[in-house]
Amino acid sequence: MSGLYPHRHLLGIEPLEPSDIVAILDTAQALREVLDRPIKKVPALRGKTVVNLFYEASTRTRASFEIAEKVLSADSLSIATSTSSVQKGETLLDTARNLEAMNPDMIVIRHASAGAAHFLARHCRSAIVNAGDGAHEHPTQALLDAFTLRQKKGRLAGLRVAIIGDVMHSRVARSNVWLLTKMGADVILCAPPTLMPPGIERIAPVTNRIDEAVEGADAIMMLRIQQERMTGGYFPSTREYHARFGLTGERVRRAKKDVLILHPGPMNRGVEIASEVADGPYSVILDQVTNGVAVRMAVLYLLLGGGGEAAA
Amino acid sequence: MSRLLIKGGRVIDPAVGLDDDLDVLIDEGTVQDVAKRIAARGAEVIDAAGLVVCPGFIDAHTHLREPGREDKETIATGTRAAAAGGYTAVCAMPNTDPVNDTAGVTRLILERAREAAAVRVYPIGAITRGSRGEELAEYGDLRDAGCVAVSDDGRPVASARVMRRALEYAQSFDLPVIDHCEEPSLFQGASMNEGPVSTLLGLRGAPSAAEAIAVERDVLLAELTRGRLHIAHISAAASVDAVRRGRARGVRVTAEVTPHHLLLTDEEVRRSEYDTSTKMNPPLRSEADRQAVLAGVRDGTIDCIATDHAPHTVDDKKVEFDQAAFGIVGLETAVGLCLDRLVAAGVIDLRRLVQVLSAGPAAALGLPGGCLDPGFPGDVTILDLRRKWRVDPDRFASKGRNTPFGGWTLTGAPAFTIVAGRVVWRAHPKAR
Repeated sequence: MSGLYPHRHLLGIEPLEPSDIVAILDTAQALREVLDRPIKKVPALRGKTVVNLFYEASTRTRASFEIAEKVLSADSLSIATSTSSVQKGETLLDTARNLEAMNPDMIVIRHASAGAAHFLARHCRSAIVNAGDGAHEHPTQALLDAFTLRQKKGRLAGLRVAIIGDVMHSRVARSNVWLLTKMGADVILCAPPTLMPPGIERIAPVTNRIDEAVEGADAIMMLRIQQERMTGGYFPSTREYHARFGLTGERVRRAKKDVLILHPGPMNRGVEIASEVADGPYSVILDQVTNGVAVRMAVLYLLLGGGGEAAA
Repeated sequence: MSRLLIKGGRVIDPAVGLDDDLDVLIDEGTVQDVAKRIAARGAEVIDAAGLVVCPGFIDAHTHLREPGREDKETIATGTRAAAAGGYTAVCAMPNTDPVNDTAGVTRLILERAREAAAVRVYPIGAITRGSRGEELAEYGDLRDAGCVAVSDDGRPVASARVMRRALEYAQSFDLPVIDHCEEPSLFQGASMNEGPVSTLLGLRGAPSAAEAIAVERDVLLAELTRGRLHIAHISAAASVDAVRRGRARGVRVTAEVTPHHLLLTDEEVRRSEYDTSTKMNPPLRSEADRQAVLAGVRDGTIDCIATDHAPHTVDDKKVEFDQAAFGIVGLETAVGLCLDRLVAAGVIDLRRLVQVLSAGPAAALGLPGGCLDPGFPGDVTILDLRRKWRVDPDRFASKGRNTPFGGWTLTGAPAFTIVAGRVVWRAHPKAR
């Protein structure tokens, strides 16, 4: 915990003040440069221990946290469900308490249950970072998206951002809605009505028509359609989904000329996004990944109150 | 058996429209007289001056967990919790292990109750064998063994055909059919009410329509069959409306509501940051639903306040929200919550509250009691409207600690619980 970020944990974007968000983004900005150095290592978190506790499959987020931890010289270990005692039926609480008996400074948790990070925060002493809890929040994803938007557009306030896809099951959508609206962007959500959660219109306007959503957009965030939704009766076929709700090159032309295309990954090419768009000139999907490391470095640094050299 | 004289209290007996300062004499376990200044030489005397004397409270919906889940609750601990909460009788739900679907299980429950229970226990049998929703249980045997109603509580009767047969067949034995109303295909995997709050929390919700569809169906089936239907733990505005319309058509339908659905909304899940003691089924609903169930209690559409007392172990609750067991304990908080948050708050008047806790459940389920007229069972709940107390789950008589009301400060509590003229629980003298 530091003066810049006056919270013990990062459980979600919803409880944050705009000043907290700016503090994280500014810190990420300062730390970003370390990643371009020939020797990508600073001693900011030397002697700090971080446990990455991943109860759900993740490539990008886990790798991103691990790299951020290593660059900042924290001692870290990653535990995935397939290799831990979770398979033997240990409860989340017991797993966390056992890990905590080893005295880590921070636990980064990814879990399929909404509220799992809050649960750990209530029962553990370590700082908790939510790396995605069910359909609730994925705060570092929203922060890296914001970082990318700010990097490319120079601001967040006043941007028109369309978030399109499976809003109902998306923690990325929720975190982004909170972050972008707190920072003064105009968000519009788009999904087929079967994938739009009830009451979301209280925090952001919604539409079922993708053309309306992308019209004049400064940025378009596409959400992944998870495999189980494709067979879950939410829409009749992936073919129709792509035709009616997928982002195609033609639809992108309705947006601003300098529109940015974001996707949290992993993508289903030909379902929510056409390859021509994913790989096209407006796509910043790989910038998101690079920036993810910087943003996670900032979160680690601010929460663990790193001393010494943060960035040159 | 000795005699008990309750002197100088304000007697509220809604069944006969009585509200006056009177004495109550119980002899041989039965009410003998209710009058001004009764002289009864040799009787044990309770000075009830400043207290409210009511027909014994009956909980229409209790999970005692025995047999099978004695780690959660037993007949001994559950009925001690009932006594401490001001209840003189509880209706024991059949979702035990084994399910109470045969006379043998019913007899076992009643035998354990005779040995260990602090208050009366009225077993409820299963609607279907194993509560699997397929073949009817043997209602004649269940009734003769002591069951007062049938229910597959916790397991909604999914098939309209099975529900129809149950409503028809139960009439031979004059048993009400209690349904946990829920359309299963709309509930699937839910852990709270569906709405803006579930959306923000990222939890899967079930819409209130999942309940209301089943209530509408059951009311229509009760109309078709002329059977006796009792709706368990009603929670949605549309369900209350369905019961009200059914009543107006003369359908034999009654309903109960829990204190938590009268007092809390799904916002509590968010406020408590996923505290699993806010997880129950039916889930806490919206403010509009809460207002509708309150209105239902006031206008008589809802007949009883029932606890749905559902004790769980810490292990069943101290887990991720969507993994946690449904349900909260209620026997030791219901009366205090209702006195403080409903009566003192001016939402429901005291006479109506006494009615929905005594005469209401007695009439809905056809139970003895619920009235203090001479000849009725000598079951009495005495209330102290002035006592201020704090809900401390660690001091519950129940084995369950799962309550969202821990730490609440309430004014009003039971002072004495009397079953068949015998004091089975009294508040600590210093507390009064």
